[in-house]
Amino acid sequence: MQTQSEYGYNSKIEGDVVVTTVDAALNWFRANSVWPMPMGLACCAIELMAVGASRFDISRFGSEVMRFSPRQADCMIVAGTVTYKMAGAVRRIWDQMPEPRWCIAMGACASTGGMYRSYAVLQGVDKIVPVDVYIGGCPPRPEAVLDALMKLQKKISTQPVLENINAYKILTGAAKN
Amino acid sequence: MATVQDIEIPDSAARAAAIEEAQDIQGEKMVLNMGPSHPATHGVLRIVLELDGEVITKADPDVGYLHRGDEKIAENMTYTQFIPYTDRLDYLAPLANNVAYALAVEKLLGIHDKLPPRCQYIRVMCAELARISAHLLGLGAFAMDTGAVTVFLLTFTEREKIYNLAEAVSGARLTTSYTRIGGLMRDVPPTWCDQVRQFLKEFAVALDEANTLLTRNRIWVDRLRDLAVVSKEMAIDYGLSGPNLRGSGVEFDLRKNQPYLCYKDLDFDIAVGLTGDCYDRYLVRMEEMKQSMRILEQCCNKIPGGAENKSKEPVCIQDGKITLPSKQKVLSSMEELIHQFMLVTEGVNCPPGEIYFGHENPKGELGFYINSKGGGTPNRLKIRAPSFVNLSILGELLPGCMISDVPVVLGSLDFVMGESDR
Amino acid sequence: MTALESANKIKAKFGALVAEPTEFRGEISLKISDAEQIFEVCNFAKRQLGFDYLVDISSVDNYGEDPRWTVVYHLRGMASGEELRLKTDVSEEKSELPSVLPVWRTANWHEREIYDMMGIRFAGHPDLRRILMWEGYPYFPLRKDFPLAGKSSDVPGVAFTNPAPLEGGPFVTLPSSGDAISREPRVRTPEE
Repeated sequence: MQTQSEYGYNSKIEGDVVVTTVDAALNWFRANSVWPMPMGLACCAIELMAVGASRFDISRFGSEVMRFSPRQADCMIVAGTVTYKMAGAVRRIWDQMPEPRWCIAMGACASTGGMYRSYAVLQGVDKIVPVDVYIGGCPPRPEAVLDALMKLQKKISTQPVLENINAYKILTGAAKN
Repeated sequence: MATVQDIEIPDSAARAAAIEEAQDIQGEKMVLNMGPSHPATHGVLRIVLELDGEVITKADPDVGYLHRGDEKIAENMTYTQFIPYTDRLDYLAPLANNVAYALAVEKLLGIHDKLPPRCQYIRVMCAELARISAHLLGLGAFAMDTGAVTVFLLTFTEREKIYNLAEAVSGARLTTSYTRIGGLMRDVPPTWCDQVRQFLKEFAVALDEANTLLTRNRIWVDRLRDLAVVSKEMAIDYGLSGPNLRGSGVEFDLRKNQPYLCYKDLDFDIAVGLTGDCYDRYLVRMEEMKQSMRILEQCCNKIPGGAENKSKEPVCIQDGKITLPSKQKVLSSMEELIHQFMLVTEGVNCPPGEIYFGHENPKGELGFYINSKGGGTPNRLKIRAPSFVNLSILGELLPGCMISDVPVVLGSLDFVMGESDR
Repeated sequence: MTALESANKIKAKFGALVAEPTEFRGEISLKISDAEQIFEVCNFAKRQLGFDYLVDISSVDNYGEDPRWTVVYHLRGMASGEELRLKTDVSEEKSELPSVLPVWRTANWHEREIYDMMGIRFAGHPDLRRILMWEGYPYFPLRKDFPLAGKSSDVPGVAFTNPAPLEGGPFVTLPSSGDAISREPRVRTPEE
């Protein structure tokens, strides 16, 4: 039966319209186009490059554009040992990334300092940057990196988005004083 | 220096630009920081460039962003416990680093020329595979930085095959930790030599493809020719080694001049460049890959015991004080149990003394200076990293180049920061 | 000429300064007793004896002995392929010796690294600053009395350090032969 209202839609095209929540839609967009910023510091960077190469294709997940500019990236993958000398640079680049941003600590050295318990190594990049996913391994296999990316996608898809946007808060009166 | 000129331009912006042009005869230098996080610096290298327009006038490389304290760690570990750290030095060719370190400690022990022949052949094969792997990635990253992205994907496909070989022999793709003091972790699997032969067949095709894409490519040659020329004297004075030294015309290869392992029995040539520019270094690396293929072919044919080791040739020195005895004996006999205990807790008991051993790594000469006071840990272990020494020439090489030549120069020097900073 | 002949030539020229060449595992080492003369010896080795390639400069910390530092030079002659090792001692109060940068330009970064890690200064070096650690790092890490875990430091605007969690320190055996009980791997203080 065809409705005559101006706001309604033609029932013949019912199958082409999807009804969903704003949160789910935004999270779906974000999760499937995570553009990584490779902070490739040491040996894990080689495995990260291998993930981007043709055998373990990271572009299937929407992440083939490895943006080296933090302003254009979503996710910073810290791959390799973070030394105290480098820590300032890593933090500065993290600060330049626009929200929403996530961080993957790839490898043992980025997660906890790894096997380098010495005077010059920052024992885990989570001391300066909030990490979302930790990948173990020295270096982790490329499949592990892809698994971490999938976990990150799952995490992104459960994040509340709409209620954190200021405009929404004002509209619904949730931003009280 | 300001000259007074009558400027008759109606538009104020153009007037301002014209004034600037008139006074800009001297020019101001700009300091540009090519920071530690940069796609073209092959790792965490920071170069502070002083630019006059597009021409570089001063370059000051700043290393140390990956300094992890390897040498201090070595003083607190036994020789065998340090082997995983050597993987991470030149992480593009971990097998070569393992071989270099094992040979250095064996020289200290005095057994580096008494290794079983099968062990020597396998080590040579590992070192040459690592050489191909490192040159492939150096080439791929170099080409990608100058714009030829296809070569990157091509080389990575070939490297995946080398990773398969490394995984078959040691269990890990990248950080193999394959050699031990006095031998190897274990023998190669029976099908390994056939896998290597298969790889060589496929690699020959891929190398030809990379050659066709790059070597006579007009853009490639224009970008690399006559750039950053390193003369013979400069190369020797700055301590360059490996393809950088040979690209400048110095015929020095540690495999020929100070032969170790079984390189004396193998037939190969060394590639020497003519002019010392970036193009020559690139050609040297391509030719070295071809020669490595030759060496691998010969090793596959000549390996003692054959591919399957039917005659049960040993791959470790059969000395209970140096290599771990077999588990059967350890669990049943007292003497082997004691050897196992001493080796694991205190390490190989090395005599007091000092040695230096230089190994022909893909990046250059990786040297270990071990100063030992006896016992299982070194008193001082100094790693002579080829990338560290090769980088010191940047301060002299870059001034005069344009800023878009910097990725080309860095790629042609082919360094890796894990090794340079240790 | 072989390394032994070169070593004897150096001994002939510099006399009392140079000790007898020693050999270990096929390598010749020469001990120079006065560190101040190292530049002359290196210059002679390069110009007259053809050792035009400096492979490496290392430093060793003989903690507990005087002189505390030993600086080791590895030379190689490209034409002949021969290698020679020169060693000199420097005492801790002095902690300085002449730079060999005018002889081989590769010594530049080697000497900077030795200054950074051990604290030995090189007189005549044009640009002696830290190379592996950052400017303003207050310690010299490779010294034996500096712990592996590191010490706290705070250079505002550049870097901070905190000691690494070593859970009681590296369990390490003694680097010298003694009886098995003393060699047992346990935490060692630098005094041992």
